[in-house]
Amino acid sequence: MTDASSAPPKPASAAREIWQQFRTHKGALFGLIVLGFLILFVLIGPLFWDPPQRLSDTIRMKNQGPSWTSPFGTDQLGRDILLRMMLAGRVSLAVGLVAMVIAIVFGTLIGILAGYFRRLDGPLMRLTDMFLALPLIPLLLVMVMLFRDKIAGLIGPELGAFILIVFAIGITSWMATARIVRGEVLTLKEREYVLAARSIGARPNRIIRRHILPNVVSPVMVAATLGVAEAIITESVLSFLGLGFPPDFPTWGRLLFDGLQYMQVYPERVVWPGLAISLTVLSVNYIGDGLRDALDPRIRGR
Amino acid sequence: MLTFTLRRLLLAIPTLLVISLVIFLLVDLAPGSPMSEIPLTVPPEVRQKMIEALGADQPVFVRYLLWLRQFFWVEPAYLIDGWFGTTWSEGEQRILSWQSRSPVFTIIGQRIPQTLIVIGTAYLVGILIALPIGIYSAYRQYSLFDQGGTLFAMIGFSVPTFFSGTLFIIIFAVWLGWFPTKYDTQLVVNDWNSFLEQMRQMALPVMTLGLANAAAISRYMRSSMLDNMTMDYVRTARAKGMTERTVVLKHVLRNSLIPVVTVIALGIPSIFGGAIITENLFGVNGIGAALIGAIHASDLPMVQTLAFIFAVLIVLFNLIADILYGLLDPRIRYD
Repeated sequence: MTDASSAPPKPASAAREIWQQFRTHKGALFGLIVLGFLILFVLIGPLFWDPPQRLSDTIRMKNQGPSWTSPFGTDQLGRDILLRMMLAGRVSLAVGLVAMVIAIVFGTLIGILAGYFRRLDGPLMRLTDMFLALPLIPLLLVMVMLFRDKIAGLIGPELGAFILIVFAIGITSWMATARIVRGEVLTLKEREYVLAARSIGARPNRIIRRHILPNVVSPVMVAATLGVAEAIITESVLSFLGLGFPPDFPTWGRLLFDGLQYMQVYPERVVWPGLAISLTVLSVNYIGDGLRDALDPRIRGR
Repeated sequence: MLTFTLRRLLLAIPTLLVISLVIFLLVDLAPGSPMSEIPLTVPPEVRQKMIEALGADQPVFVRYLLWLRQFFWVEPAYLIDGWFGTTWSEGEQRILSWQSRSPVFTIIGQRIPQTLIVIGTAYLVGILIALPIGIYSAYRQYSLFDQGGTLFAMIGFSVPTFFSGTLFIIIFAVWLGWFPTKYDTQLVVNDWNSFLEQMRQMALPVMTLGLANAAAISRYMRSSMLDNMTMDYVRTARAKGMTERTVVLKHVLRNSLIPVVTVIALGIPSIFGGAIITENLFGVNGIGAALIGAIHASDLPMVQTLAFIFAVLIVLFNLIADILYGLLDPRIRYD
């Protein structure tokens, strides 16, 4: 977002106009601040907070309450919970972002092909309908269960789990984007400027890249924002059911799952990761809400 | 209306066939199947017999067709035999769970009441909370109540049920001790005390799922009410001098409920999916818990059947929603 503090009546750029509109949405601003704080916490936090871990200390250090040396306490293996929260947050956010990118790229591709080429419309939309009718959570669980060991054997348990889960989530959440993009493309390709481009002999490839893609960016951005939230929740569901990341490469969902056994004695071990997931998703949802208002010219100026 | 229904029914069949194929192939061709996990110390001829006993030595498409036949012909036949004492299913092989060697559908039959009681109640409670909130939010748009409702819905969307459920357990079961932490499946309701006990153990899962559902449904109810509030017929009704109560609760509400009813119908299958989490968290021994158990035990027939049942539910309720919409709103009937 551009900085809008200097506001002489310059010719407003599109980005500035969107930012002006976005600023009026209180929830979205709140979401941006909270999410920014969470990202800082996760990315920069470990640079400042790196408690020394010695193997000999682990027995003595386990299950400590909150103190100055470890503000959130330590877990059953003597690991600092604050540090684990930061590292887990990196993975959680990365899963959300990468899965969203996969889903958006795939969904936009399918949507443009279906919307632009009439011959592909029927089959691709049937495919979308079929994916929408698949029971996603059970299928994701099955996919992770069946492919986890194989992929872990190929590229290591950590990267394997990451790639498998991100890919599985991405491949099962592109349908909404595809439908939105197809709808937009169907109306866009009847516009005069597309007709003009075609009449001077532009190829479909060029028309799509120069005239259609830039015009579907705003609905795709909204879908992408909401997609991040959804992907983070889906990943934590998988982790929560014990079919997510390995315990030494945790996500917030995995930390919550690990904390469940100690819920009666140390409820905070469940509350911190749960709170982090909920806050992230809440702020991302608010940002998506604000973006939708800001990007829709029909609402703007009201 | 009848042709519309028939057309939708016919369209559902190929969809279901493709989905069943996808589920079957995904589970069957995956590298982690139990076929590959027979220990190497087992002699080859024993190994061969084990694979044969599980019926896993046939080509993939044969097994797929056999599975389809079992699913759509043998299992219904067993059901009808059980009801009327006929002998259609004699000598047929049922779908057997690898875990317990008992028919998959018997297990599902035992598990489904648990799911239906808890999940069904939760959905009903969710609807009963959501409708009044949605109606009043729309009637007093931008009021304090409406803003509170919006915040409630946003939080309900964003807080995953596994976290809200855990929070409820910590607060109401661990700290306050009002409700038990785990659902006791063995409890038999036969008198007032056991009924109270059943209510107490259902409270937390129902609250968890009900609030999550209420958040979404209340939003739909609100926006649907808002669409109708500005209609001309509402102004006419007011101009006729009808009481505010009649205008809102009779004229506007009835028309606004049409899309909400279809949304409620569409939500039912996803409830079963989402119930997997709640069932695991509270230890409700329903079909969601059965699925997780089967996945951890690599019980392929059970997983395939349950996943397909979830798919059938989705397609079925899509169909029901379509037909309901046509029934409730004559404008969108196709004939």
